[in-house]
Amino acid sequence: MNLLLALPVLLPVTAAGVSMGLRNHPTAQRWLSTGVLAAVVVTAFALLVLADRHGPLVLSAGGWQAPTGIALVADRLAALLLSISLLVALAVLVFAVGQGAADPGHGRTAAFHPAYLTLTAGVGLVFLSGDLFNLFVAFEMALGASYVLITLDAGERRTRAGMTYTVISLTSSMLFLTAIGLLYAATGTVSLAQLGERTAGLPDGVAAALGLLLLVVFGIKSALVPLHFWLPDSYPTAPAPITAVFAALLTKMGVYAMVRTQTLVFPREGPWVLLAVLAIATMLVGILGALAQDDINRLLCFTLVSHIGFMLFGLALFDVAGLTGTILYIVHHIVVQATLFLVAGLVVRRAGTPDLRRLECLPPPAVLLAVLFLPPALSLSGIPPFSGFVAKLALLQAGLAEGGPAAYALVAAALLTSLLTLGAMVRLGRRVFLGGREEAGRGGGRLLPEPDAGNGPGAPRTPRVQLRLMAGAAAGMALTGLALAVCAGPLARISERAAEDLLRQDTYRTAVLVTEGHR
Amino acid sequence: MNAPDITQAVVVGGLFATGFLLMTQRSLIRIVLGFLMLGHGTNLLLLSAGSPGAPPVTHGGVPDPRDMADPLPQAMALTSIVITFGLTTFLLALAYRSWRLTGHDEVRDDVEDRRIGTARERARADGDGGGGAVDEEAREPHGEDELLEPRAPAEPPGHRARRPADPEAPRPPHPPGTSGPPGPPRRPHPPEEDA
Repeated sequence: MNLLLALPVLLPVTAAGVSMGLRNHPTAQRWLSTGVLAAVVVTAFALLVLADRHGPLVLSAGGWQAPTGIALVADRLAALLLSISLLVALAVLVFAVGQGAADPGHGRTAAFHPAYLTLTAGVGLVFLSGDLFNLFVAFEMALGASYVLITLDAGERRTRAGMTYTVISLTSSMLFLTAIGLLYAATGTVSLAQLGERTAGLPDGVAAALGLLLLVVFGIKSALVPLHFWLPDSYPTAPAPITAVFAALLTKMGVYAMVRTQTLVFPREGPWVLLAVLAIATMLVGILGALAQDDINRLLCFTLVSHIGFMLFGLALFDVAGLTGTILYIVHHIVVQATLFLVAGLVVRRAGTPDLRRLECLPPPAVLLAVLFLPPALSLSGIPPFSGFVAKLALLQAGLAEGGPAAYALVAAALLTSLLTLGAMVRLGRRVFLGGREEAGRGGGRLLPEPDAGNGPGAPRTPRVQLRLMAGAAAGMALTGLALAVCAGPLARISERAAEDLLRQDTYRTAVLVTEGHR
Repeated sequence: MNAPDITQAVVVGGLFATGFLLMTQRSLIRIVLGFLMLGHGTNLLLLSAGSPGAPPVTHGGVPDPRDMADPLPQAMALTSIVITFGLTTFLLALAYRSWRLTGHDEVRDDVEDRRIGTARERARADGDGGGGAVDEEAREPHGEDELLEPRAPAEPPGHRARRPADPEAPRPPHPPGTSGPPGPPRRPHPPEEDA
């Protein structure tokens, strides 16, 4: 049964190799990737059910026991995030197939599928890793694949952006490695479960320095505010599906690693004021940046940065309610942000430009797009019937229950940010779907893009099947977002159990160390 | 835990300092070199995290584990050497592509950032079309378009051969994104892309 744990990593990696061999058979590649990802999604949901019923599942790779060997651990948090991430990865893959199929004879697909599969394997490994060094390797797997994806077939602009992205990520990886070296020197272990026991014995200063170093590392990876500059520069240049999967998964990996290490390795009592300040800065700076943007993708990237702040909100409170909110928010945000980027991709494809000042109004059948756009946009702003409202409510309740100046400041910032997000989304929606009147004279005042203007040569003759595939993927994601809201009750309960596990580190430790000791 | 070796500490510190300094430069090749330095520093640091000693290999007997070197940091350093090696080649390839596309290896400012930054001046100059050049710059092929469109085949050799002639030229006085004197085209634009 525990072998199930290896599948989310093993299957995509193997398939990536096979896919590399199939480079001349794009159709086979597509079916392979889709099939493997579908299988992995099923596995992940099975893991979620098992982990929820029987506690954390542990697999010690290679038969070496946990503190020495590498353990794969699926507790509730890991399994939950794994399931949602892989589901989104599958939907985005379908979208990418729909989009990529429009340009046959293009060298892109050959490298796309292997890189995409490696990315998902890396993401899976990040969530399942029970060992800090293995976590590093997993990050490198996912990020290495992402470097390839972001610079795939790149022109000048994307090469520049890709370089920024790669160098920043690599710097944070080196810092991560430094932190691992220092932690190992201080404690003599890299197993997360054992680290938690040993850091308690460290001098306060050393523990604080190591904790902060890891915070910086994962702060860069998750685009925490003083460290976020790379994100809005690099993500928007990639094609829509790639941006969507990056936005949905890569930053969340950073947040997950932050939650995992801070709760397990550096547990603390009471709220964490430093992180609260960073969370407030992230929320406000991100959303103010979003309001200033004129490019759909950049606007969405800034809201992404801003909403990372909400996830840190819960971690900063450092109690069960706060972490429940964080988990709910991560789950909600993975789905919603990816949907928004996919819809933005469809919009840009129709209009031929991502520039809001040029793209004043779309030709008639944009109703479908508007229908796809509304739920995630409203959900992101936290309007009641949607999943964002549930997650935000959980966070705000946690903040109010906590009390104290830091918590109230967080609540105030979160409310303000939600309002501003709504503003940004309304502005986006007005410009894209209603034809905004502000600055109408600018950008040529063209109401309809000329038939061929700006559309890639593939766009006008895109077969309907492919458009349907893209719209279907986006619609599936939007529906998943709605399903999250419908299942808010069970989801909140499982998040709460996961949060309790996080704060009672014993569950994780005994699962990893004791179970393995018996073998 | 072992007493820190002062030589190792100095070497690691020096590599880190040099690495970070080089990474803050604008030249891509310096950034790649900086990353290499940083990688070496990190690997050395990893190695020094374990205790030194005899090779951790047993020949039948059971020696005292305390006399052995700690093998785990060595394994980690090996892994990270492989990873940094692979990523360095990737960075080099990326730097090379950037040089081929732009003719120099400087990192340039982000166009959109600059555009937002100069929004007010743009608004003021809008009447006489001062923003035009900026806008066209921002309109460079976006990811979506690039993807849908087979990229222009490799540049004609003559086109490129001229450029590396002045690779060390100082950065142009008018960085891209501001309206400057019309320079030579930096990249063969696919025709009528943004029309």
